[in-house]
Amino acid sequence: MTYSDKVLDHYENPRNVGSFAQDEEGVATGMVGAPACGDVMKLQLKVGRDGLIEDARFKTYGCGSAIASSSLVTEWVKGKTLDEALAIKNSQIAEELALPPVKIHCSVLAEDAIRAAVADYRKKHEEQ
Amino acid sequence: MSDDSVYLDWNATAPLDPVVREAMLPWIGARFGNASSGHERGRQARAAIEAARERVAAAAGAHPTEVIFTSGGTEANNLFLKGVAAHGKPGWVAVGATEHPSVLEPARQLARQGWALREIGVTESGALDAAAWREALARRPAIVSVMFANNETGVVQDIAALAAGARAAGACFHSDAVQAFGRLALDFRALGLAAMTLSAHKIGGPPGAGALLLDKRMDLAPLLAGGGQERGLRSGTENVAALVGFGVAAERAVARQAAEAARLAALREVCAARLVALGATVFARDAERLPNTVYFAFDGIDGGTLVERLDRAGFACGSGSACSSARPGASHVLRAMGVAPERARGAVRVSMGCDTGAGEIAAFVAALARNVAALKSLAAVSVC
Amino acid sequence: MLKLPIYLDYSATTPVDPRVTAAMIPWLTERFGNPASRSHAFGWDAEAAVEEARENVAALVGADPREIIWTSGATESDNLAIKGAAHFYRDKGRHLVTVKTEHKAVLDTVRELEREGYTATYLDVRENGLVDLDVFRAALRPDTSVVSVMLVNNEIGVIQPIEEIGAICRDKGIVFHVDAAQAAGKVDIDLKKLPVDLMSFSAHKTYGPKGVGALYVRRKPRIRLQAQMHGGGHERGLRSGTLPTHQIVGMGEAFRLAREEMADELARVRALRDRLLAGISAIEATYVNGDLEHRAAHNLNVSFAYIEGESLMMAIKDIAVSSGSACTSASLEPSYVLRALGREDELAHSSIRFTLGRFTTAEEIDYAVELLRAKVGKLRDLSPLWEMAQAGIDLDSVQWAAH
Repeated sequence: MTYSDKVLDHYENPRNVGSFAQDEEGVATGMVGAPACGDVMKLQLKVGRDGLIEDARFKTYGCGSAIASSSLVTEWVKGKTLDEALAIKNSQIAEELALPPVKIHCSVLAEDAIRAAVADYRKKHEEQ
Repeated sequence: MSDDSVYLDWNATAPLDPVVREAMLPWIGARFGNASSGHERGRQARAAIEAARERVAAAAGAHPTEVIFTSGGTEANNLFLKGVAAHGKPGWVAVGATEHPSVLEPARQLARQGWALREIGVTESGALDAAAWREALARRPAIVSVMFANNETGVVQDIAALAAGARAAGACFHSDAVQAFGRLALDFRALGLAAMTLSAHKIGGPPGAGALLLDKRMDLAPLLAGGGQERGLRSGTENVAALVGFGVAAERAVARQAAEAARLAALREVCAARLVALGATVFARDAERLPNTVYFAFDGIDGGTLVERLDRAGFACGSGSACSSARPGASHVLRAMGVAPERARGAVRVSMGCDTGAGEIAAFVAALARNVAALKSLAAVSVC
Repeated sequence: MLKLPIYLDYSATTPVDPRVTAAMIPWLTERFGNPASRSHAFGWDAEAAVEEARENVAALVGADPREIIWTSGATESDNLAIKGAAHFYRDKGRHLVTVKTEHKAVLDTVRELEREGYTATYLDVRENGLVDLDVFRAALRPDTSVVSVMLVNNEIGVIQPIEEIGAICRDKGIVFHVDAAQAAGKVDIDLKKLPVDLMSFSAHKTYGPKGVGALYVRRKPRIRLQAQMHGGGHERGLRSGTLPTHQIVGMGEAFRLAREEMADELARVRALRDRLLAGISAIEATYVNGDLEHRAAHNLNVSFAYIEGESLMMAIKDIAVSSGSACTSASLEPSYVLRALGREDELAHSSIRFTLGRFTTAEEIDYAVELLRAKVGKLRDLSPLWEMAQAGIDLDSVQWAAH
């Protein structure tokens, strides 16, 4: 497998690795994938009172492309509204990272992670 | 075998081209990766194989995806015949009567498995007999294989015309071009073949590498099951060094083909004329033949005895094909041409290559003359 | 000075030993004859070299040279042995037995025979990768004609009890084939004593060149095969095709060297493997796949829990290793061998095969261990699974979203 320079960069120097405390205010978590399939992504968003995503964190179990996809997403979502974040499409991620066809599923998973995190946020806030 | 011996058995195998050897050496040295490995060494090997595939394809007028690498010509011929047969119901298979054993024997194997086999006869000049050919096609054979140029006689068949006829009859047409490749101009696509066999070691490449060219629209079952190399058509770890050598050899052989063919054809004529002057019969002399091959016999002189004496005199030539010389009995090729068995037993093959010059041929003819004279006097004595 | 990348993938292929290369070179230069040429010294010279190589291959495994057939490699040997015996003895029966952890060259050959109308049993292995003899015995039927079990597994290095399996086969008159591609020069093989009928060998796994292998075909009691490659009748009609002299000479020399040096080499390689094992065992949550006792000295297959295999490979690209078998590593499927051991998919995904060899050094092993320690740590910092495990969450209890 030959990786693009951008994948290698995100893989070597992943951005925004880590976790927020689950109960911290404005934090939402999306966990997608399954260990048996070879990739699990956890994406956390920290949403400000103004509705903008202030910060993001990720942890990923998966191949280099999966790590790079989630790292990239944490950069992209910052400063966006939830709806803007939902507008990020897997094709954009795949294009930015020049993913080969066999790795497109990594970008799909990253898009799913955004959806899951946003859904988690909305669920929590509906409950409130 | 002495260092100054003259090698005149290029149809059995050709010396390895030194340029080819240099290209191969890194691959039995520092670059030893398995082309299926995911790491850098594996990728290097994979890239080298694909470059070799492109070279072979370009040299033979095929697309790289039409090249299936094998361990040699025998495997490629087996792969074609058995691989196509495994895909269909048993029907007719037709092959030339003078084919190499690696076509004849798989065809006979198919016959044991329920296929009807037609071995198409040849005329006394070695060309496929037109009536026998028409009759074979009338059976609507699924598979037809006719060799491009014969390894013993050097006789060249009109492959373009045969391919067109076979295609019109709905057959899948293959040609074993092991002896023709690099010696004659040939173009896989332009010839309209379904498949064609190539070998590396007849053209200055190493033994252990060959290819089946297979038209993209064709499908066949693999001979070797396993790791799925060669798009599933030929499993087994690739012989990287040999394939690299094959690629370079193919490119070089085709680049010098036209000039070499002209040069060797002139030598062949000189050789044949001298042999006839010594009283030899040159087989298929009037037929279109490979530029490098002269196949002849002296009546009353055993071919095996003659090549043995020539070998001691420092000239390596063949008596029949290398592959079948392990078997006793006269050449099936000459038998098919209707040559009398007494004469066929005298058969000697001279096959030349890029190291062969006028000096070697003159020396060979002189040595031959001495030995023929000696053998004739021996025969005269023993008769008394 | 350490040269990178460090090669720890000797089961994919080995470097050609420089002494083997040196033995091959004359056959790539002036000694180019076709060994089938009976009419001149070029041919006899090549034929003599081929026969000497045959003696060397036979000697390593306690065979008679007449029992050795040259092929293009172990894949062809496996195909010839299994199809050849199944076809020849088809009147005896059409049931085959093999094991789920065999090499693809065996599994796919058996599958092909199934398409021809044979039936087959693919045996499960125990958790340690070894065949259970009771399970094996129970799988045999009156119409079982051929059994194929490998000696040393290519992925996990375990050594199957072929002596016991062979004895059972011999007792029942079943032809027994053993794929020894990964075993020659790595474990003792004495075919004078082993009840094995057919055995496949490869040159390029034992410091010889690619493109050549051999099949042992027992003479007493005689085993018959139907040829699979037809033509000029080389190799006593069992395998037609011009013999590649330089490659055969290379295999002969490689096997000769293996015979001479095996005892010392195995002790050295085993010590290095144990050094690697000790280093890796010091890393938390690592699991060795396959039995450690019944195992070839050069192999270590380890799962690094909570880390995905490909990203680990990428992180440790200074060491050339494989994740699963070289022949299947292009696929995204976890190794079928590890799955047959009952490893969960995620552990199968995170497995790395380290295979050591003649040119491996202690310095290289130490470097590899250090690199693994650092990179495994880094990837676990990135891993949500590791985080959950540290928090005491049982990953099996988590409902993963299907994807």
